[in-house]
Amino acid sequence: MMWFFLVSDAFTFGGFLISYGTVRFSQNYWPDPSVVFNAFPFAGHANLPLAFVSVMTFVLILSSVTMVLAVHAGHNRNQKEVEKWLIWTIIGGLFFLGCQAWEWNHLYFGEHPTVVSGHIELIGQATNINPWGELVQGKALTDALNNTSINTLASVVSENHLSDMSHAQLLASQKSELVNMIANSNIHIRETGPVAFGGFFFGITGFHGFHVFSGIIINIIMLLMTRANVFERRGHYLMIEKAGLYWHFVDLVWVFVFMAFYLV
Amino acid sequence: MEQASVISPEITFEHHQETSSFKKRVIKTTIILSIITLIELALGFTIYLLHKGATPPSYSLVLFLKGVICILTMLKAYYIVSVFMHLGDELKRFIVAIILPMLLFVWFIIAFLWDGSSYRNLNNTYNKYFYETTMPGKQTIEKAVPLEPAGKQ
Repeated sequence: MMWFFLVSDAFTFGGFLISYGTVRFSQNYWPDPSVVFNAFPFAGHANLPLAFVSVMTFVLILSSVTMVLAVHAGHNRNQKEVEKWLIWTIIGGLFFLGCQAWEWNHLYFGEHPTVVSGHIELIGQATNINPWGELVQGKALTDALNNTSINTLASVVSENHLSDMSHAQLLASQKSELVNMIANSNIHIRETGPVAFGGFFFGITGFHGFHVFSGIIINIIMLLMTRANVFERRGHYLMIEKAGLYWHFVDLVWVFVFMAFYLV
Repeated sequence: MEQASVISPEITFEHHQETSSFKKRVIKTTIILSIITLIELALGFTIYLLHKGATPPSYSLVLFLKGVICILTMLKAYYIVSVFMHLGDELKRFIVAIILPMLLFVWFIIAFLWDGSSYRNLNNTYNKYFYETTMPGKQTIEKAVPLEPAGKQ
């Protein structure tokens, strides 16, 4: 029965990913993933495209491997081994969820200077707006900078370390100076990107994250049942097998989410 | 294990794998999956570098690289399903029962991506506003002036 549930779940995820594909194909412009996902914990503003998500991917693959080992230990009715590998699988799942929490937090609360209706605002990626549009350059950029409040300009300058002055000193300086500092720097200022991007990203990775979460809960229950000798008394570890199928499915879905959002 | 099929009617296959051969198979699959992932990342990074270059990259080259990534993803899916989920060891009819519905995805993907791109083409042909405000490289000075909110889809 687990297999038939997984078939139906595959269609749910497939439907989500294909609707994302449809909307993406209907747009002339779509953000480049290596622009969106280029941050790494504790690395500040360093531009590290795809680095963090590859860590997440490897963690999930490895947790799938430990699950295979747990299932195999179950076949051999080796209770200690089952417990050990289940614990490693749970740790892998929690690590993945932690990474995702960091990534969501970083994207949602990030402050990217973005041209919104002719002036610059500091925005993050939400479901109604995102900073991943086309690059703004030349006269369009200077116009937008001139329309922006001095407070925002000072924040952009100090965030990107374009000047040695403190934020308060920057606020006291001439607006044209700040405009020049930003216009002459190599920081990327973009327009707002396709609105649908945020909803699809948070929706699909969130739905997958929820599957990881329920997988962890299932694995914890399996661990407690193993500890309580339930499977030993039953004479077989088939439940571990089914939990394993679900866990591998979660890994399988990530393979496609990873491709759709981060690679292509 | 002999009486397992009596205990649960859900068992559709029997495992008689030696621990050593099983370990070998798992390690081999893990290495294959890791290598495919690394190749995918390298291709993703190549696309990034192509976009970063002074001239915009050739459309068909980027499309080709993305196609290779999609094929590698299918390969990864195959290894996960057939080895980790050991669908490959199941009864043949069971495999068919799982794979056959999945073939619907072939139609599903083609139809809906086609739909999306046809929507874009129609929009670009008949909706000049859509074309001028969203086509990359068509950026004009007027674009910096507030365009509200009709430009948002």
